[in-house]
Amino acid sequence: MLSRVANAVYWMSRYLERAGNLARFVDVNWHLTLDLPGSGPEAWRSLIIASGDKALFEERYGDYDAASVITFLCFDADYLNSIHSCLWAGRENARAIREVIPYEMWEQINITYHFVQDMAKRPLEVVENPYDFCQQIKQGDFIVGGIEGDAMIHDEAWHFARLGRLLERCDKTSRILDVNCHRMLPEEGDQSIVFDSIHWSALLRATSALNAFRRCRGRISPAKVAEFLLLDQEFPRSVLHGLIQAQHSLHAITGTAPGHYSRESERLLGQLRADLSYLTIDEVFDQGLHRFTDRLQTRMNAADACLGREFFGYPGGVAQVQVEQ
Amino acid sequence: MKFTGYDVGPFHDEMFSAPGVPRDGARLLMERIESLAPGELARRQHKAEQALYDLGITFTVYGHQEGTEKIFPFDVVPRVVEAKCWDRLELGLKQRIYALNLFLDDIYHGQKILKDKVIPREIIETAEGFLPACMNIDPPKGIWCHITGTDLVRDEHGVFHVLEDNLRCPSGVSYVLANRRLMKRTLPEVFAASNVRPVDDYPARLLDLLLRMAPEGVRNPRVALLTPGIYNSAYYEHSFLALQTGIELVQGQDLEVRDRRVYMRTTKGLKRVHVIYRRLNDDFLDPKVFQPDSLLGVPGIMDAFRAGNVSLANAPGTGVADDKVVYAFVPEIIRYYLGEEAFIPNVPTYLCWRESDRKYVLENLETMVVKAANESGGYGMLVGPGSTKQEREEFAGRVKANPRNYIAQPALKLSRAPVIVDDHFEGRHVDLRPYILHDGDVRVIPGGLTRVALKKGSLVVNSSQGGGSKDTWVLKH
Repeated sequence: MLSRVANAVYWMSRYLERAGNLARFVDVNWHLTLDLPGSGPEAWRSLIIASGDKALFEERYGDYDAASVITFLCFDADYLNSIHSCLWAGRENARAIREVIPYEMWEQINITYHFVQDMAKRPLEVVENPYDFCQQIKQGDFIVGGIEGDAMIHDEAWHFARLGRLLERCDKTSRILDVNCHRMLPEEGDQSIVFDSIHWSALLRATSALNAFRRCRGRISPAKVAEFLLLDQEFPRSVLHGLIQAQHSLHAITGTAPGHYSRESERLLGQLRADLSYLTIDEVFDQGLHRFTDRLQTRMNAADACLGREFFGYPGGVAQVQVEQ
Repeated sequence: MKFTGYDVGPFHDEMFSAPGVPRDGARLLMERIESLAPGELARRQHKAEQALYDLGITFTVYGHQEGTEKIFPFDVVPRVVEAKCWDRLELGLKQRIYALNLFLDDIYHGQKILKDKVIPREIIETAEGFLPACMNIDPPKGIWCHITGTDLVRDEHGVFHVLEDNLRCPSGVSYVLANRRLMKRTLPEVFAASNVRPVDDYPARLLDLLLRMAPEGVRNPRVALLTPGIYNSAYYEHSFLALQTGIELVQGQDLEVRDRRVYMRTTKGLKRVHVIYRRLNDDFLDPKVFQPDSLLGVPGIMDAFRAGNVSLANAPGTGVADDKVVYAFVPEIIRYYLGEEAFIPNVPTYLCWRESDRKYVLENLETMVVKAANESGGYGMLVGPGSTKQEREEFAGRVKANPRNYIAQPALKLSRAPVIVDDHFEGRHVDLRPYILHDGDVRVIPGGLTRVALKKGSLVVNSSQGGGSKDTWVLKH
């Protein structure tokens, strides 16, 4: 397939996944602040930290109140990672590959985008009650995911879409976990863990993991939550699950047999996946959760950059050397 | 909604022969529409518009903020063309395309028609669309204009005229297909009863044509559609056609030429491309030959074309026949190559390049439509009736400065068709753009894009100038 098209499919998926995750985060945080009066500023602040764009937020808004954070994350058209901007970028990528994706998918992306555009005109409604807004974004994302799985041919383009979606999801899951643990766990080595099941269940809900967690793991404890979100093999939003599936898609694209690599991107992704496969949660905590997720994100970024060079025709790539006879 | 009180005006109306009297082919349509419950038609109209928006069937307007998207307004009352009328049009269009293709092949080879002084050489050599780079190129089967979208208009007597030939990259066929799909779900009961000729096989026919155009000896040709990109006003159509035909949609940056062969850049290396349906204008096609600063084109593609290693549809250079001065000679062209009179007349055309014509035009600007010879899309024109004195003076200046570049036509009383305006019907001017495929045989798609000037009294139907569209129903009998 065309390098440009592969690139667009990948980024379409990444941006749509990003928008869906943001909606989840906002929704859950809002619920949390209702349950725990007075927790607002701290909760909103941690959300901004998770976004990785703290400096920009402080420069543009200053205070960590619900209105500023929600406006920033949902509607700020000048902020590249707001829901509005992500859907715009996802849609622009989708537009460039409309012949590749099912028209139902394009239709759904349009519906969600127009909805956000509409709501951006009256952000106060969302600030006062973000529930319906976030719900709509989440549902829209699930529908696109469903169309992706059930109506799109599972060819190379589909595997690039999966790669984009999964790498984005792993990144966001690790970030939200990191930020919440930072807030809720005491300094490393300190045994006096302040356990707060409301916070932890909010975190699980933000990753659509609460029901699954309860069924598989029962009682909530920080280690169990971290283990579930990082290392569970069956939960589709855990980091390990995402990496396994991403690796599977990458190998489907290249045709390289499992257990080997023919390209640098396969090596980077495979190594990372293998590390996680045989890791225990105790070892994660020994390293320190923050340091662990930080390294995880850095390594995923390296894999992403490598995909760009090897498949999407970014500078330094090797995609163009073979000439068909 | 009833047609009671609908005013046909001093025009040919597509649906009514006199107030309250439907034409034979439109009687059923009228009855069915009037039998809908009050408010039902308006409800369906609204639903159709929402569907267009959700489907993202939009176009981009130039000169506005970049990326301004609009839906192409759609009126759910179809325009009916009776079978007999269509059959005559079809003959005329075929005749015209056969003749124009012979003309193009002659112009880029022996130029017999110039030697025989049927058309002044000067006209051809000063036509912007004439490309010396195409001289002596032999496209497969001698076909230059594979895909055409001829603009037809109807005068107050109901006579069809050709307004423009559009032999370069005519757009709009995706709207024909989308409109039809939309109509079937908007007025299924009316559609089912009406016996309409289908248009849905267009993508299959287009694909057949492109495969047949492959360079000789290529068994499994790879076909691509070359688009200028997502900000082009017709991008929706490019992606739609690629999706419908299953061919690869490429941009200039996706292609490269090596050893006079065209390849596309894929995740698995370079893959050969044999046929390109290009929706990029000639000037942008190859920066090595035409506009050197074009980033949209493919350096070296003309060389590959000349070598016969890639087929281009349409062939570069067809624009010479789109020049509005050359257009005026099409009746002579038909006579010269086919020995026949044109079945469909041209709109009477004054060439400002001729002194006597120019004098007449300048004296009668108020009643004329003046057009630049090389523009399309409703740009660069003056519609005399309704223009201001200042506009006319400004245009007179342009005509005098460059008479070769202007032609004028009497402002036609274009036919009208009823459109929904709030809770009633009003007449609006329409034209018709049928699509024609030439791969050795010429085929006309039964129907076409009926464009509507939605502004009251306006004669300009272009989408960029506030036009909309209707589905066109060609009846089987």
